[in-house]
Amino acid sequence: MVELKAQTPCAGLLPMTIGSVTVVEADLGVLTSLSPVGDGKDFAAALKAAHGLGAPKPGRATGRDGQRCLWFARSEVLLAGPVPDKTLEAHAAVVDQSDGWACVTLSGAGAVDVLARLVPVDFRESIFKRGHTARTLVQHMSASITRTGADTFLILVFRSMAGTLVHELKVAMEAVASRG
Amino acid sequence: MRVAGKGIIDRSAPVTFRFDGASYQGYAGDTVASALLANNVRLMGRSFKYHRPRGVLTAGSEEPNALITTGTGAGAEPNVRATVQEIFDGLVTTSQNAWPSLEFDVMAVNDLAAPFLGAGFYYKTFMWPKRFWEAIYEPVIRNAAGLGALSGQTNPDTYEKAFAFCDVLVIGAGPAGLMAAWAAAEAGADVILADEDAIMGGRLLAETHEIDGRPASVWAAGMVDRLAEMENVRLMTRTTITGAYDGGMFGALERVNQHRAPSADSAPLECFWRIHAKASVLAAGALERPVAFQNNDRPGVMMASAVRAYLNRWGVSPGQRVTVFGNNDDAHRTARDLHAAGVHVAALIDSRYDAEVGDVDYPVYRGAQVCNASGRKELEAITIRSASGEQAIQTDCLAVSGGWNPSVHLTCHMNGRPAWHADLQAFVPTPGAIPGMIAAGACNGSFSTQACLEAGVSAAREALDALGKTVADVPLPEAEDAPYRLTPLWAVAGKGRAWLDFQNDVSVKDIKQAAVENFRSVEHMKRYTTQGMATDQGKNSNVAALAVLADATGRGIPETGTTTFRPPYSPVAIAAMGAGAQGKGFAPERLTTSHARSLAMGAPMIEAGLWYRPSYFPKAGETTWRQSCDREVGYVRQKVGVCDVSTLGKIDIQGRDAAKLLDFAYTNTFSTLKVGRVRYGLMLREDGHVMDDGTCARLGETQYLMTTTTAAAGLVMRHLEWITQALHPEWEVSFTSVTEHWAQFAVAGPEARTLLNGLLDAPIDNDSWPFMACGAVGVAGVPGRLFRISFSGEHAYEVAVPARYGASLFDLLVQKAEGLGGGAYGMEALNVLRIEKGFITHAEIDGRVTAFDIGMQRMVSDKKDCIGKTMSERPGLMDPDRPQLVGLKPAGAVKQLTAGAHLYDAGAEAARANMQGYVTSVGFSPEHDSMLALGFVARGPDRMGEVIRMVDAVRGIEAEVEICSPVFVDPEGGRVRG
Repeated sequence: MVELKAQTPCAGLLPMTIGSVTVVEADLGVLTSLSPVGDGKDFAAALKAAHGLGAPKPGRATGRDGQRCLWFARSEVLLAGPVPDKTLEAHAAVVDQSDGWACVTLSGAGAVDVLARLVPVDFRESIFKRGHTARTLVQHMSASITRTGADTFLILVFRSMAGTLVHELKVAMEAVASRG
Repeated sequence: MRVAGKGIIDRSAPVTFRFDGASYQGYAGDTVASALLANNVRLMGRSFKYHRPRGVLTAGSEEPNALITTGTGAGAEPNVRATVQEIFDGLVTTSQNAWPSLEFDVMAVNDLAAPFLGAGFYYKTFMWPKRFWEAIYEPVIRNAAGLGALSGQTNPDTYEKAFAFCDVLVIGAGPAGLMAAWAAAEAGADVILADEDAIMGGRLLAETHEIDGRPASVWAAGMVDRLAEMENVRLMTRTTITGAYDGGMFGALERVNQHRAPSADSAPLECFWRIHAKASVLAAGALERPVAFQNNDRPGVMMASAVRAYLNRWGVSPGQRVTVFGNNDDAHRTARDLHAAGVHVAALIDSRYDAEVGDVDYPVYRGAQVCNASGRKELEAITIRSASGEQAIQTDCLAVSGGWNPSVHLTCHMNGRPAWHADLQAFVPTPGAIPGMIAAGACNGSFSTQACLEAGVSAAREALDALGKTVADVPLPEAEDAPYRLTPLWAVAGKGRAWLDFQNDVSVKDIKQAAVENFRSVEHMKRYTTQGMATDQGKNSNVAALAVLADATGRGIPETGTTTFRPPYSPVAIAAMGAGAQGKGFAPERLTTSHARSLAMGAPMIEAGLWYRPSYFPKAGETTWRQSCDREVGYVRQKVGVCDVSTLGKIDIQGRDAAKLLDFAYTNTFSTLKVGRVRYGLMLREDGHVMDDGTCARLGETQYLMTTTTAAAGLVMRHLEWITQALHPEWEVSFTSVTEHWAQFAVAGPEARTLLNGLLDAPIDNDSWPFMACGAVGVAGVPGRLFRISFSGEHAYEVAVPARYGASLFDLLVQKAEGLGGGAYGMEALNVLRIEKGFITHAEIDGRVTAFDIGMQRMVSDKKDCIGKTMSERPGLMDPDRPQLVGLKPAGAVKQLTAGAHLYDAGAEAARANMQGYVTSVGFSPEHDSMLALGFVARGPDRMGEVIRMVDAVRGIEAEVEICSPVFVDPEGGRVRG
């Protein structure tokens, strides 16, 4: 009997700590892109009923570790954690994306400084608060970035770019660390 | 020489550095310029054109003369201003533009030829013969004229770039900037205070002023300490704001490690910042301007404010017998400070008859002008001219002041023009030239310290007002408030060359010559004379040059206007702007799940978009790629081959109107496709040309899976977005890329089903899984998908599993294929297989061809509309004379075919007008033991069997080729259905 072995996107690449900043691979569970049908009100109700999560507005994330919903695009959110409830299918296109994204957590006192070298987004805490999310660039890569804590960020890029993500983070982390 | 008791350098921290091979000592806080002056080194460079000896002129980033190269080897950096470069132990610097040495420069012969080398000389002299320009004149001129040179090697240094955001950006940390930053910060705004200097304080560091009864530099240090403690303030020293751009964006260059030996390999030398500010306060100060007179470029002739700066900040007197020459009261300070510090002041010369000097202990000449300087590598004497005639004064340093020019540069970066201020005889910023920017202090024409302090606060108030924040009253310190009195003096009349632009060797005569030759516009004058070009961008000379031009053309200065100030304010290394894009940072690498295994198998990679795909998988004993490729083609034709096709775009399309979207995007119909079946589809651009092709599977009643070519995946997504957002927003359809979620492998060849049945949870046969069937399967217990499609013409499948299992499945497939006498195949074999079968790629559909051209016009359904359909029916787009897709095979002695070669009728000259078509793809077919090609030939389908000429003018290859069907293998298509 043959058996297929699973491998995570960042296998062999992480964890990595340089200076005060650490990056680890994040296991977010099942990732599902949900594209609501119509005005999305029924979807929001269904999401609330099924998973207890609010439907995030643009630039926002709802939920907590293990059960999160990230705004992801025009008319698309990403459910991270639970297996999507069947009831959602009546109100949204439901697409499994569990293996499509390399997910990492960047944390530490210098995390914002590291991001400032790669991402053209204002991460000041008064502007980009916990629960805020952005679809933006990490250097040249399309990414999703969510603040999950004061110094903690969740970063998603295409699975195929996991190596480049780690490389870019490493370069930026070294530059930040070199400033002491 | 050092002056005891003066300066804010750290005399307890000696620093040793090198200049032109010699070792010198300075102190922590010294620049190269101040340390060299302290060591009585005054010759620091040679001029651009005439190689005249030059010394340091200024004490800031505007320096035109003292340009040096720092470091050695690959990372050596040219054109560094000695006035900006801080010294550190181990710093190596060298002079530039001199050979064999700075002291003895043979190119100084240019100076003797100066009468022939004036403005416009090149344009007039080197016009004939024309072909000599590139071959002889330009290289010779470039060799003789120039600044420092790059090493020519790859730069090993690290640079970085970064983003910053704030409410208020304060540019410059002199009295106005410090007060503006403090007032804004007290009001709760997020403030970035940036200053190009290593220490904040601006002019306060260089003067003997007092603020609130304390030395101004001490007051400034106190303010900096206070700001540093505030959480909402970010202090950026050694950071030059280089440009002001749209939407509140600013460019800034930070010298991160230029002032010390790097601590680690990864420590960046410089950081290029992009700063976004809701509002900004420009407190950039002002630059003192020289007065032009004969030989005013002799080393030892310096700006009066610079002499004060060297004395008061660095404890250095640039001379032992200093003379001061000015047309304004500010110049008097230099004489006063020098005298008070015990330096001999040989004379104070003021061009104004009515200058108020007071009771001083040194000779004062009112109504006199310096009309010449003597000495070559070092100033020895000056000649002054007054009503009583000319007289010489022995001096080794002349401090000159022609007044001050506000640093308006940034306010002009969005094409604003500064306004002429007659009282100041200078340009000041035009309010609103940069949205949200308030100019304050000396850069706005407020020259007293008290006025600067006040202007800083009011600028902060104005800036924050616009942001809805209120600045409370902050206590204003007390400082000097001397009036700025000046009578304009741009150039002293007389013979000889009086220099305006030191860096480009432009004299008063050159400007006048430009006017005589009718280059009267200031922009024309600039280009004719080169005034204001190169690294200093004429910061010292622009206003004086246009004043001379105004005089020569009989216009006023405001009518003459200024040239355009553009970013960057001061030079920025390209390496800094391109930071992060070196090496692996150039572009993301997209790696498939089989990447590591492919590398382990020795496969060279080729790039497809950002993806890396294996070219071929060499085996022991194979010496050329062709051997590997032929073997891999054989796997698919005879046994079974495995290929990673995960890179193809995969788009999940769902919704009530999914079929409508597909019918509209594709030329052919997908609404009629049965669930569980796949169909090949063709997409046109709006202009009727082919955009992309691929297969599309119907997974459910309202769910499809579209595949695209690897390179066009993003393009097709964008196309679908455009259709659904702009053309049919009423459709209920959503789509999302699942390219990354699935690892997908082609399993192709007669043994494909045998292989798959060894790992599918439920075996398949031809009835349950016929050609073009698709559906869900279990792959070794993992839910996957299976598509019976073929890009080789063989019995073939594509099997997909979630990407986490990709690496494992590839291992398994290769192992099973090898067990059946097959194995992995790469892009080379894939290409040969599809050429043999006449399948197209973007080599054929290169954006210029129509469905008609590739023989697929019948795929453009006449039962429905689709994107590009109407436009594809334009006259000419279905003209039989258009080149159309055909196969080509060698028909003469030359057996080599090349992609990119052009086709001509037999016997016709290989000229553009005779072109019949071109070759798009070639490959060696093991089955035909011959090279085969796809290409486009005018009326090609009607010319089967005709032999024509293939000419590859680039590679020098010519062959006779026969036009044939593009399908070389299994034209009946029996194999795919087997």
